[in-house]
Amino acid sequence: MEAAAGGGCGSGPPLLLSEGEQQCYSELFARCAGAAGGGPGSGPPEAARAAPGAATAAAGPVADLFRASQLPAETLHQITELCGAKRVGYFGPTQFYVALKLIAAAQSGLPVRIESIKCELPLPRFMMSKTDAEIRFGNPAELHGTKVQIPYLITEKSTFKRMDDEEKQQETQSPAMSPLASPPSSPPHYQRVPLSHGYSKLRSSTEQMHPAPYEARQSLVQPEGPSSGGPGPKPPRHQASLIRSFSVERELQDHSNYPDEPWRITEEQREYYVNQFRSLQPDPSSFISGSVAKNFFTKSKLSIPELSYIWELSDADCDGALTLPEFCAAFHLIVARKNGYPLPEGLPPTLQPEYLQAAFPKPKWECTLFDSYSESMPANQQPRDLNRMEKLSVKDMADFPAPTQDVTGDDKQALTSATDEALPKDISEDSATPKDSNSLKARPRSRSYSSTSIEEAMKRGEDPPTPPPRPQKTHSRASSLDLNKVFQPSVPASKSGLLPPPPALPPRPCPSQSEPASEAELHSQLNRAPSQAAESSPTKKDIPYSQPPSKPIRRKFRPENQATESQEPSTTVGGPASVATVKPHPAVQKQSSKQKKAIQTAIRKNKEANAVLARLNSELQQQLKEVHQERIALENQLEQLRPVTVL
Amino acid sequence: MAVPLPGDKTVVAQNYPLYIRSVPTESELKFHYMVHTSLDVVDEKISAMGKALVDQRELYLGLLYPTEDYKVYGYVTNSKVKFVMVVDSSNTALRDNEIRSMFRKLHNSYTDVMCNPFYNPGDRIQSRAFDSMVTSMMVQVC
Repeated sequence: MEAAAGGGCGSGPPLLLSEGEQQCYSELFARCAGAAGGGPGSGPPEAARAAPGAATAAAGPVADLFRASQLPAETLHQITELCGAKRVGYFGPTQFYVALKLIAAAQSGLPVRIESIKCELPLPRFMMSKTDAEIRFGNPAELHGTKVQIPYLITEKSTFKRMDDEEKQQETQSPAMSPLASPPSSPPHYQRVPLSHGYSKLRSSTEQMHPAPYEARQSLVQPEGPSSGGPGPKPPRHQASLIRSFSVERELQDHSNYPDEPWRITEEQREYYVNQFRSLQPDPSSFISGSVAKNFFTKSKLSIPELSYIWELSDADCDGALTLPEFCAAFHLIVARKNGYPLPEGLPPTLQPEYLQAAFPKPKWECTLFDSYSESMPANQQPRDLNRMEKLSVKDMADFPAPTQDVTGDDKQALTSATDEALPKDISEDSATPKDSNSLKARPRSRSYSSTSIEEAMKRGEDPPTPPPRPQKTHSRASSLDLNKVFQPSVPASKSGLLPPPPALPPRPCPSQSEPASEAELHSQLNRAPSQAAESSPTKKDIPYSQPPSKPIRRKFRPENQATESQEPSTTVGGPASVATVKPHPAVQKQSSKQKKAIQTAIRKNKEANAVLARLNSELQQQLKEVHQERIALENQLEQLRPVTVL
Repeated sequence: MAVPLPGDKTVVAQNYPLYIRSVPTESELKFHYMVHTSLDVVDEKISAMGKALVDQRELYLGLLYPTEDYKVYGYVTNSKVKFVMVVDSSNTALRDNEIRSMFRKLHNSYTDVMCNPFYNPGDRIQSRAFDSMVTSMMVQVC
């Protein structure tokens, strides 16, 4: 079949190739022919079959290929002679296929004769093309996870050094498109090219071990390139393979043999996604509805068909809603796409919901850093988040909260000192900080509904600053979180000064947890000044998750307690220790408390506005920085181009 | 490959096609035309049902009309989205149950497409999952 199509000179007996051999050989030929310049990508066999009729394989890659078959040089000479290339002076398709067949024969121990090619032979084995052919044709038996792909990855670069990135990309994409390629093999293809490009952007933050071996391999590959000898590529290849396997072993956290790093979610990324999820939907065990997710993902500025495809990939159960793992997968795909990765054909294994759920069973409640950061970002700042994601890596995202909070921390420090004398001081900072983070959570929620201040919140019956029970925030990273300290003074201010406003937040799904305990907390909170928070904080510590569920309870309690408590708060003003003294002078206290109330409200409002503006400022500055960088880059480009254009 | 049997699936709403696919690429226009003409028959059947309760069984309209070359099957969803399938008459192996199951699969895939919030009802269906499902079905038949 192939011989007839090949034309050229009839070299010996007709060549009968099996289907597999045909595909293999045509791919190899196309690759060699492609290296010669402008050959077709190794697409479906039909295209490859058509192409060889017109192209010839260049001697260079062909020689490399033959050498990779690990046959002795004289055998290779013999083969070349027999196949007729010497005679005609080039490797046409016929000659190439005959040569491959002879190589197969030689490898299986048969003598190198023309008659050998008539037999049924296994595919010729080349150091790289074995794995190559078998990967491309999705032979699962041969895929030993990453090890097989090591020589593939390395030798791709070393052997076909003439091929530039576009061809590689073409190759990676076309096998993925071909119906023969199995989906799991496509991520490795995709990752091969981006490894040399912007991959470090995505993973630079925490997974330092990834870029390191890749860089090592890159540096190894470059010396491989110039070396033309057969033995030359092999030692670096082994070294690189060692490094690669080492890195892969380190990567392998669990059962997975998946070398698809672009599709693996790092810890930091995971936390960020979880926090974004929580900003959209407070309960991490429920899901985000389609419309909410749509609005959120549309801000990423990807095209609608791409977003539609990403949704298709990530919504595994096709229910129109995203659970936490589905959301993480979708977010990760968006991030990858924005960083330039082509979208996979199928959901990569590391993004499967089961895998994600197994790997990260519980979202990190203790991560105050991202928690307060993400939740203190009002909805209108989320587009800036995603815009920044376009340009920055996750590492930069990690860096970003720090300056923001430093900025806001400063003014909040000032606020702290200012309001200290006016208000009863918190005894324990521990109690304050959980409060503050909750107040952070609470306040931005109200802000996300109304971007302004407490007044509207109060009108609508929301309570930003006084969430009663607060989960124990251990501040793994946020011990220097000034935001907490900052909001601390405003919390007691509001608490002592105001009539207890009704609870803030949207109704939480399961208010079933520890209702009595939260009742006690509510009571203690409503009745006592912040000093009592010390007592209540142990109870809060006992119930880390009680903050969400207790809020609706608080709402229920409010109307009941409103009447009874309305007189109480006035009595609570005046300090913890002086509870006894408060009682004899309720009337006087009421007036002063009202005045204080007004002042404190105003102060708090101003503080918040200040905080918002400060955050805005830092974000805008960040964007300005980026724009500057872009400008510099463009200017550089212009300079490079100028000598060419100005003649 | 043996002579491929023509199979044509169409999803139609408001009488313009949301999705149309046929296996042999030649004479594709003929299939489009057949589908459009069969829409009339579908409408006829729907109106004939009147105000009767529409249950699963009646979603499947069955053989709309046979011609010498092909048979046309219809299916309508509760939201008046019509599925039309044109099959070669020479393919006697296709039984009614198989056609029903194929329509059911189509319907399921269509609902999956609907679940995607980025899909606006009335757009052409560009979902790759839907495409692959239809392809696999047609390959199965042919």
